[in-house]
Amino acid sequence: MSYKFFPHTDEEMRAMLATAGVKSLDDLYQDVPQELQLKKEYELPESMSEIEVRRFFDELGMYNIPMRSFLGAGFYDHYSPAVVQDILKRSEFLTAYTPYQAEISQGTLQYIFEYQSMMAELTGMEVSNASMYDGTTATAEAMMMAVSNAKKRKRVLVSETISPYVLRVVKTYAKYQGIQIDMIPAKGGVMDHDALKVELEKDDVAGVIVATPNFYGILEDYTGVAEMCHEHKALLIMNCVATALSVVKSPAEWGADIAVGDGQSLGIPLNYGGPYVGFLCTTKKLIRKMPGRIVGATKDADGKRAFVLTLQAREQHIRREKATSNICSNQSLMALYVTIYMGLMGAKGLKEVNSISYSNAHYLAESLVNTGLFEMAYPDKPFLNEFAVKTKLNIDELQEYCNDEYLQCGLKIADDTLLIAVTETYSREDCDDLVDACVTFSEEKEGK
Amino acid sequence: MNNTFYGKLIFELSQNGRQGYSLPENRCAEYKMSDLPKGLMRENAPLLPEVDELSVVRHYTNMSNNNFGVDTGFYPLGSCTMKYNPKINEEIAAHREFTGLHPLQNPETTQGALAVYYLLQTSLAEISGLKEFTLNPYAGAHGELTGLMILRGYHLERGDVKRTKVIIPDSAHGTNPASSAVCGLDVVVVKSRPDGTVDVDDLRPLLDDTVAGMMMTNPNTLGIFEQNIGVIAKAVHDAGGLMYYDGANLNPMLGKVRPGDIGFDIMHINLHKTFSTPHGGGGPGSGPVGVREGLEHLLPNPRVVKVEEEDYEYFKLECSDKSIGSISGHLGNFGVMMRALAYIRTLGRDQLKWVGPLATLNANYIKESLKDVYELPISGVCKHEFVYDGLKDKSTGVTTLDVAKRLLDYGFHAPTIYFPLLFHEALMVEPTENESKQTLDEFIRIMRVIAQEAKDDPEMVKTAPHNTPVRRLDDTQAALHPIVTWRELVAENQ
Amino acid sequence: MSKIIDGLYYSESHEYVKVEGDFGFIGITDFAQHELGNVVYVDMPEVDDEVTAGEEFGAVESVKAASDLMSPVSGTVVEVNEALEDEPGLINKDAFENWIIKVELSDKSELDGLMDAAAYKDMIGE
Repeated sequence: MSYKFFPHTDEEMRAMLATAGVKSLDDLYQDVPQELQLKKEYELPESMSEIEVRRFFDELGMYNIPMRSFLGAGFYDHYSPAVVQDILKRSEFLTAYTPYQAEISQGTLQYIFEYQSMMAELTGMEVSNASMYDGTTATAEAMMMAVSNAKKRKRVLVSETISPYVLRVVKTYAKYQGIQIDMIPAKGGVMDHDALKVELEKDDVAGVIVATPNFYGILEDYTGVAEMCHEHKALLIMNCVATALSVVKSPAEWGADIAVGDGQSLGIPLNYGGPYVGFLCTTKKLIRKMPGRIVGATKDADGKRAFVLTLQAREQHIRREKATSNICSNQSLMALYVTIYMGLMGAKGLKEVNSISYSNAHYLAESLVNTGLFEMAYPDKPFLNEFAVKTKLNIDELQEYCNDEYLQCGLKIADDTLLIAVTETYSREDCDDLVDACVTFSEEKEGK
Repeated sequence: MNNTFYGKLIFELSQNGRQGYSLPENRCAEYKMSDLPKGLMRENAPLLPEVDELSVVRHYTNMSNNNFGVDTGFYPLGSCTMKYNPKINEEIAAHREFTGLHPLQNPETTQGALAVYYLLQTSLAEISGLKEFTLNPYAGAHGELTGLMILRGYHLERGDVKRTKVIIPDSAHGTNPASSAVCGLDVVVVKSRPDGTVDVDDLRPLLDDTVAGMMMTNPNTLGIFEQNIGVIAKAVHDAGGLMYYDGANLNPMLGKVRPGDIGFDIMHINLHKTFSTPHGGGGPGSGPVGVREGLEHLLPNPRVVKVEEEDYEYFKLECSDKSIGSISGHLGNFGVMMRALAYIRTLGRDQLKWVGPLATLNANYIKESLKDVYELPISGVCKHEFVYDGLKDKSTGVTTLDVAKRLLDYGFHAPTIYFPLLFHEALMVEPTENESKQTLDEFIRIMRVIAQEAKDDPEMVKTAPHNTPVRRLDDTQAALHPIVTWRELVAENQ
Repeated sequence: MSKIIDGLYYSESHEYVKVEGDFGFIGITDFAQHELGNVVYVDMPEVDDEVTAGEEFGAVESVKAASDLMSPVSGTVVEVNEALEDEPGLINKDAFENWIIKVELSDKSELDGLMDAAAYKDMIGE
């Protein structure tokens, strides 16, 4: 049974079995009743050599069609620096467990401390946890945090302008927690503040979840919203696109109590939906209500600065059935990803990313509108790098046509509406190609 | 290799005016971001470091030297299954044909990725003896929560709303009761017998018509196979409950036992444990959840479904109102699935079956080799892991924590300590199937050296570690006065 | 051996009540602080909050443990011990001197259901 991952020679095996006090490997399972033991081979293929494994995945990969993509909806194709991918391969980071033994885990602990510092800066909040699975679950955790903080209130309001992909996860968690979710309607692509006020005045709301930029890419004006929430003892939770926070008004500046979202836009490849990284930041006052792990600075026995997992008494393994979150790990390696990314980019680089994305998106929006085939869905609303357009074209057919040109023209969010995102990874020519494809499609349709 | 220059935080390397990136020229610069309304824009830029590329590379490379991973050395962390993470997995996961896919892309253009999902899903179902898996949960704990939602959803859809009780052994992982609570279930603890297995007599009176189900891991957290599992499963099923399998301890079962064959209805798997995906210092993980026939409709949205036409087949995404709902942004941590499928295909049916027996052999070999100096509270054959209750000689005052810290000085990762809670000085060892006899012998030798040191120089052991990048940390001060950001650290030092 | 003071009322979850007129001072016992170890945080209710006998009103945390505070009596919180916000370790120094909340008792008969010093001593086995 010689195999590359099993170092046991026959001779060693005999010696080890003898020490273990049994005659055979089967005897090690003598305590498992015979009728419970598996009596057949797994119905799986035979083992493969590396050459065969590579070929197997190469062949599967051919069924994926690479596209120039103008899809966003919370997941953005931003520039991913070579440095990050390379450092993430370091097996001291990659193959470590959760940093329980702080003395030999300072690498992990230090980058989490740096991550927390950077996320706190980006959101403007005072504290950040060590990261979460993704933006959808982080938002659900924030909802649970608000309910646990409010003690007796079990109602949470959610703006209709939030991503439906986030909303559906929030709703699942709420259902099993007995939390009532009520939607605040949108007016012209932004949350209706008057409707929010009416609901808050019932004085039974634990938290309010809003989005910036919102699902339609719009930068909403949240002036007065935090004050309204606080007046009625509700927490304001803001779901954010991480990259945008370097230039748009931060959750802290809006007066939010919890800032959450996905860190994917900080250069993480699209990865067909994961791994990404969720973030959750809050005020110092709420730090002990915050789910997930937290790393703190302290000193070692020699007085040297060092980092350690702290405030663990909040965590699931200690609280057990009293826990308000069951999260054990964080999304450590992806937290390292965005930490290195922000280290390389700095505030200036992030601003440039946003600036180029803004310019590309506005160029594309105007070019599409100029064809006469599209109009802006929310013409008077400011946006950064994502926008919704209405069209009389058949969107399904248009998408299929674009796919044949290796283009993803955006996400269909209504029968007549496309949501389109542009980042710095696409050029003016890429935008032109998309416009051309739309025009050609329309002409071909009319020609028929 | 500990140059103190590199012990700094990245913020301390920052110099105004440096940069570590290059971006293309803005070719649509006639559209200016500064035209956005001032009131919607940030007033002060975030305080992020300004560092050149080489400094960033050196900073994180040196930081990694202060870390210990499976690639560094033996990592016998009980209940965590720190097995080798094959390099081919990493190469496969970095495949550009997959990493560039947008989650909302037309499924017709992502058939390769959907095939990976489907093949892994069906492989796990075969290995577990269950009908279908979802791979959407992001981690083991997330899978556990998802599985419990399915368990509860099963009762709710039948209108059996009074079933809110979930029975959990006192030896269970802390996550079990926490996940139950988050899922809105009430936890009832069932006691263990002296040998660490579930006390069936204590269980029976708990089984009434409010029981939603029972959570177990088998082998349990002491590494003991629950022989009464057949009786337990029948009792719980007779009472109308479902059996939930915490897949944290699945590794020793490979090749030998399938949870679905021994009475379990729902389970989660930690891909980083049994299927060799790297732990990453705490994620990203993946926590697939499997169910027996009849529960598939409850699996979270979206599901990957294979459609077979006359002369071809394809995969599509399906959402259903009968499902518990969505628990993730899309299909979970896809990159982790690539690794797990690479592992399963690499080992294949002919090698996977040796994983369990060899992991079990390694554990028993260590267990028997040290029981004269470390207290072995439960004798007999263990599975993939076992627990010592500290040093046999308690007179020295050297605790399990001290032994663990001293191991670090010798270049080994410590076992899991103070878990399970059944013993005061628990020291839980799990060697995995990948470790050679030479490695285990060296670990055994060092454990003996430490036992001797505890007698000869207890103070030295109590103040260990001595050779690590930092020494024991003041965690009371950290909790009393939390400093969790660079900004706070600067304020503190002023 | 833990300190136990005569004349106080004790609960099974290791809280005590020191009664002065219509008011009760609630804290955790010396035995409880020993079990917890260094207290790093005390989660307290706000003044004017209602507490109910047998229900949670806050929590105490040490580095490795967290324990809910269960109110032995019902009433209205009239004062919280603000000194514990800055120095939670005071509980370790003297658990009986450093009460956590002061409550205006709503039902003094609830005190009859609590233990006296002797009974509490028996319970903790000292």
